[in-house]
Amino acid sequence: MSKHRVVVIGGGLAGLSSTMKLTELGVEVDLISLTPVKRSHSVCAQGGINSCNDQTRQLGDDEWKHFDDTVYGGDFLNHQPPVKEMAFWAPKVIELMDRLGVPFNRTGEGFIDRRRFGGTLYKRTAFAGATTGQQLLYALDEQVRRRESEGLVRKFEFWDFLGLIQDETGRCRGAVAQDMVSMEIRSFPADAVVVATGGCGLVYGRSTMSVFCTGSAASRCFQAGAKYGNAEFIQVHPTAIPGSDKLRLMSESARGEGGRVWVPRKPHDHRAPRDIPASERYYFLEERYPEYGNLVPRDIATREIFDICVNDGLSVDDQQMCVYLDLTHIPKAELDRKLGGILEIYEKFQGVDPRIEPMRIFPAVHYSMGGLWADYVKSADGGLEAGAPRNHMTNIEGLYAIGECDYHYHGANRLGANSLLSCIFTGLFTGSSILNYVENQSSGHAELESSVVADAVNQQQKRHDDLLTGNPGSDENPYLIHQELGDIMTRAATVVRRNDQLTDAIGKVSDLHERAMKVSLSDTGSWSNQNVIFAKSLQDMFPIAKSILAGALARDECRGAHYKPNFEKPSLTEQDPAARRRQAEEWCDAFEANNEKYLKSTIAQWDSASMQPQLSYEQVDTSLEPPRPRLYGLVGADIIEQVWKERAAAKKAAPAMASN
Amino acid sequence: MIAMDSANKKRPEFINVRVKRQDAPGKQPYWQLFKIEYEPELNVISVLQRIAALAENVDGKKVAPVSWDCGCLEEVCGSCTMQINGRVRQSCSALVDRLLEDNADELVLEPMSKFPVVRDLIVDRKRLFRGLERVKAWVPVDSYYNMGSGERQLRATQEQNYPLSQCMSCGCCLDACPQYTKIELTQESGETDEQFAARQDREFDQAFVGAHALSQAMLFNNHPTGKALAGERLDALTSPGGVQGCGNAQNCVAVCPKEIPLTTSIARAGRATTIHTIKKWFDR
Repeated sequence: MSKHRVVVIGGGLAGLSSTMKLTELGVEVDLISLTPVKRSHSVCAQGGINSCNDQTRQLGDDEWKHFDDTVYGGDFLNHQPPVKEMAFWAPKVIELMDRLGVPFNRTGEGFIDRRRFGGTLYKRTAFAGATTGQQLLYALDEQVRRRESEGLVRKFEFWDFLGLIQDETGRCRGAVAQDMVSMEIRSFPADAVVVATGGCGLVYGRSTMSVFCTGSAASRCFQAGAKYGNAEFIQVHPTAIPGSDKLRLMSESARGEGGRVWVPRKPHDHRAPRDIPASERYYFLEERYPEYGNLVPRDIATREIFDICVNDGLSVDDQQMCVYLDLTHIPKAELDRKLGGILEIYEKFQGVDPRIEPMRIFPAVHYSMGGLWADYVKSADGGLEAGAPRNHMTNIEGLYAIGECDYHYHGANRLGANSLLSCIFTGLFTGSSILNYVENQSSGHAELESSVVADAVNQQQKRHDDLLTGNPGSDENPYLIHQELGDIMTRAATVVRRNDQLTDAIGKVSDLHERAMKVSLSDTGSWSNQNVIFAKSLQDMFPIAKSILAGALARDECRGAHYKPNFEKPSLTEQDPAARRRQAEEWCDAFEANNEKYLKSTIAQWDSASMQPQLSYEQVDTSLEPPRPRLYGLVGADIIEQVWKERAAAKKAAPAMASN
Repeated sequence: MIAMDSANKKRPEFINVRVKRQDAPGKQPYWQLFKIEYEPELNVISVLQRIAALAENVDGKKVAPVSWDCGCLEEVCGSCTMQINGRVRQSCSALVDRLLEDNADELVLEPMSKFPVVRDLIVDRKRLFRGLERVKAWVPVDSYYNMGSGERQLRATQEQNYPLSQCMSCGCCLDACPQYTKIELTQESGETDEQFAARQDREFDQAFVGAHALSQAMLFNNHPTGKALAGERLDALTSPGGVQGCGNAQNCVAVCPKEIPLTTSIARAGRATTIHTIKKWFDR
């Protein structure tokens, strides 16, 4: 048998770490990417990468606590065995990245410096300036370039993954991709395929993601039969800088240093902000949350800013929804000292000095917790079985999903600085699993029947040709349809979700999908045709968009990033201690009943006949840490917590009676 | 304060955008004029997005949308380099209001001048990445297994290395460099893709490697494990197209969007190669 060959699609942190590890194990890799891998979206990550470390350990931290913070932050929708494995690998991942030359910030004595991030009590986060993602990506890019120079990797940059090659048994035997310059479509036979293609922010039009994060590669696997998990869980960051091309992140530290959020009380007030007197300014976070003010938790800030613009119509700008984040009351010298770097970003891109004029900010779609469903094999100690071929394999045999486009690690909400970790971890960890899978196959890439390959290529060639010539009378412009899709999705399926709006959006997106299938291209050429590449990715955004909407509609609860005000858990209202205790008991009953119904992964499967996703539900493995309520800001949290702890203790005391 | 002033100024109703287009390699470039509605806070990327959606020129004639390359739109990926009003830079951070202050009549967009045009504003920057391979810009670790942490590093070392490590391979320094001249080859009939790529690499390896790669060589020579290849990197920098190719024009450092101290790296490379050569001479 010839040497093993694996196709890796996507060259961000996950794809590059996978490529690097596979080559070390002696596997040859064809690496396919829409962009030179060094330009992948991972470069945008700023904050850092988490692991417990020598310092935090001495303060009581350990891998289990990192695990617990992650699943608690994810509202227990995370699959616990993979999260556990990740938390235990985390210190090793950072040590490896250190060896690879990542210029992590250092302490005076030369150790890796750490800072604290949201959702934890410990300083777990290692960082390299304000560009940690970029620095991690470059270190991996360099190793892959090294392996490329040794002939172990062939890079196909500016190639668009179009579809899978599947044999008669359904097993994935390679990929079909298109050269975005010459427009040549060709096959890449392989023993296994790894999809590491990141998030789907472009489904929302504009997001904090790079222009190529369309989700189309994951969608192409989804349409080929791969299951898609937890589509409806999309993280929205409260403060981003709206731009007509992109929404750029504005760090939470601006509010931490005293920034005040406000809008003019009068709708469509066109006066310059400094001309609006204090009495005509609505400091809505301070008024609505007198206790926390502008420093309410991230999800609440996001919801309130969204609500004030969408439902109250108080956006600062008529054209573009936004609120003021005002730092102008703070002395300039103090701002420069504490917030210099991020204020420079604002100034560079907005051309406005935020020390003089309030920043305009709005929440922005930031990360997809959901993604392609993939399997794993649980080990005796509750983590993952190293080297098991089924780790991260999708329901299509031979097709693996890793990085942001898998669905296990972040549950209903991702903790800051955990994404870089999950991407690198999954890339490294799956190397031996993939090797063991391909070694067990009797027929490899060289034995693939030529008719199977030809069919897969022809199918994609036909799609391409039909798009160029198929809709002569049509006037549908793919760029305008994309704007419409983004608008619908942003309104219905980001921060606040209502069933009437979701139902309405499902209808509109279905109509738009039909129109998108009939787009007319302004470029019908056969050289570097970006128009047709975009049209294809636009069409493939719809199955993902529909899965997000359907999943959100069916999930009548609040969990992590998925917030439905009509199903919010109530605060306690009774004042009398006994009645309050009884109410807390009922609250806990309701919480358990709700978990019984909704603590499940939403699994979508694409039905090409109806052009709609079919939903089913999968149990989440919560065997390591039983779910508990998140009670932040709720009236009566103390008594609910007490009741809950008593119940948990009782359950622990009677394990024989518990169901297994 | 700049922006407050510009926001209050009278703004045009429309923006004229002149784009240097080229349908394919080897084809004759031509100019096309587009007109889009003025909006505040546009950057060059959003101008190009509007042109793509419009797909017609100033005379209302349907034309193929302008092709260009972009990625993160935050000036960290290095994709969207082009010449804007005659200056090479990233188009995402090129704000239209500022550009109109310099030239109120029109925006002029051209592809980078030192790389072969693929189409319109897209160029082929393969040679740039080949430069990184030439200087072995990587740390030669034994394995990707868990072997404990790397060497401790002084904060001063990190602070010296981090700015160099921010190089996003955008190519601005190369486009502005008088010594970095364009290499454009065409695939011959009967030549396979692999053969063509190999011939390109041979040509690239004879020509000036450029400021970005010199700087990366210095970065890795300053890393505790990266040092292991210091000699090989310096060999590469003393061979044709190495550090002696630099003409000291200092354009590179002037145009670098990340303000990387490229001329400092070049000076370090110059010193290191001199010592390296003398040492080798004595070792003979």
